[in-house]
Amino acid sequence: MRGWQALFYKEVLRFWKVSAQTIAAPVLTALLYMLIFGHLLEGRITVYDSVSYTAFLVPGLVMMSLLQNAFANSSSSMVQSKMMGNLVFILLTPLGPLSWFSAYVLAAVVRGLAVGAGVLLVTVWFAPLTVVWPVWILVFALLGAAMLGTLGLIAGLWADKFDQMSSFQNFLITPMTFLSGVFYSIHSLPPFWQQVSHLNPFFYMIDGFRYGFFGVSDVSPWLSLALVGGAYVLVAALALHLLRIGYKIRG
Amino acid sequence: MTAISFQSVNKTFTGARGAFKALDGVSFDIEQGEFFGLLGPNGAGKTTLISILAGLLQPSSGQIKVQGLDVQTQSAQVRNILGVVPQELVFDPFFTVREALRFQSGYFGITGNDAWLDELLDCLGLADKANHNMRQLSGGMKRRVLVAQALVHKPPVIVLDEPTAGVDVELRQTLWQFIARLNREGHTVLLTTHYLEEAEALCNRIAMLKNGKVVALDSTSSLLKNASSNVLRFKLDAQLPPELASQARVTGRIVQFPANDAVQIENYLAAVRQAGLVAEDVEIRKADLEDVFLDVMGAAS
Repeated sequence: MRGWQALFYKEVLRFWKVSAQTIAAPVLTALLYMLIFGHLLEGRITVYDSVSYTAFLVPGLVMMSLLQNAFANSSSSMVQSKMMGNLVFILLTPLGPLSWFSAYVLAAVVRGLAVGAGVLLVTVWFAPLTVVWPVWILVFALLGAAMLGTLGLIAGLWADKFDQMSSFQNFLITPMTFLSGVFYSIHSLPPFWQQVSHLNPFFYMIDGFRYGFFGVSDVSPWLSLALVGGAYVLVAALALHLLRIGYKIRG
Repeated sequence: MTAISFQSVNKTFTGARGAFKALDGVSFDIEQGEFFGLLGPNGAGKTTLISILAGLLQPSSGQIKVQGLDVQTQSAQVRNILGVVPQELVFDPFFTVREALRFQSGYFGITGNDAWLDELLDCLGLADKANHNMRQLSGGMKRRVLVAQALVHKPPVIVLDEPTAGVDVELRQTLWQFIARLNREGHTVLLTTHYLEEAEALCNRIAMLKNGKVVALDSTSSLLKNASSNVLRFKLDAQLPPELASQARVTGRIVQFPANDAVQIENYLAAVRQAGLVAEDVEIRKADLEDVFLDVMGAAS
């Protein structure tokens, strides 16, 4: 086993040991959204002509949970290790920036996918499931989880305390996911807010992901892929740079 | 061969209250196979020096080499040959003792070393705790796990930063027996401690730090030889007169005077009697490392 694989395995085991909190709880939250919004809004909102509101909601909830939990995994692990001081066990090893990056991001991807699969499993019963392009589903699930896992790593390196971490989550990640078109198609918005939504990177992840299910989306999946992929290269480069200079972890 | 070489290491911390020079031109070498003691009062710079050695801090200037490898430019190779026991009592609450040791081995790319892990657990008195969660362990037990974690990759150079702080007598015995064995087998040991009797018993050579500077560097036996040879020690129920107190070391009821010969001893006792005081439990003992330490620190200020 290579060093980074040990760290990856440790990061996976870390959330797996408390899976009631890290997997079951977010699945339950998504189920509640489905029960309430699906019940209230079914028939009142039309999104795409051929798609019922509840069916539209399923991929949105899956992606939202996947993104939020990928972020939560790397960020909480890093902040916790920094605050408890046990990050020193990794700092004292020969593991380099790329090993840290791979381990933390891949573990976040695993958590994101596990939660996403769980949400799909409990919400799919509310509406008939269609899958038009499985490849797009997989591509955007992986890319979205990697993106948020990497952002979580950056936030975890930056934050010194849990309250800084939670403001990052409450004031940035949660609003951006909620306003990205999880619960509505941005075509139902006034033109101004449609334009604003186009500036939200999370919109493209959810829109591209949804395209895989229905074969229709607000923008072309290729455009979403290009924008999300391009943004990911920048975010990953930043995370690797911070790890290389030991930002806030090596004095 | 030189195990660790510190070359003009400087470290300045700049904070809101201005710059603070934690290390000021620290230079000395530790040879392969030595049991080396790094002593100094709190805030002398011991942990800063060890943190730079371990790659947890960057020096402001200077160089540290471990077995000829540069700590900054060849960090991965250095960490493979260095085992560091940190001073802070840290642990990962998610895992059992054995899991923690397996992961730590894994970070070094080592698997299937359960025989060595079992030996570590045995020698550190942790065998019956292997499957306990870290949270369930007492402070002393957590400290033992820290030592085990530092040794999973059998590092030729072992660094212990106050490993016996707040630890009971039994563990100190167990720990020192084990570390002394590793030292006999060829591992170099660098130790910082506040227990000077431990340093005197274990270390063949000692450096003393004060305010970031090396103020003494010699073999333990030479340090002891150069100190005032004897100490007059007695107990007293009353306060010493100020002119005597300034020459003595007073710890509660215990009063100690450094003394080189019988005349000095007689003079001190006479002065005490003249002050109308009664000295009890009078004894004369050989100076130990604590006396040397206080001499050196006193002379340096």
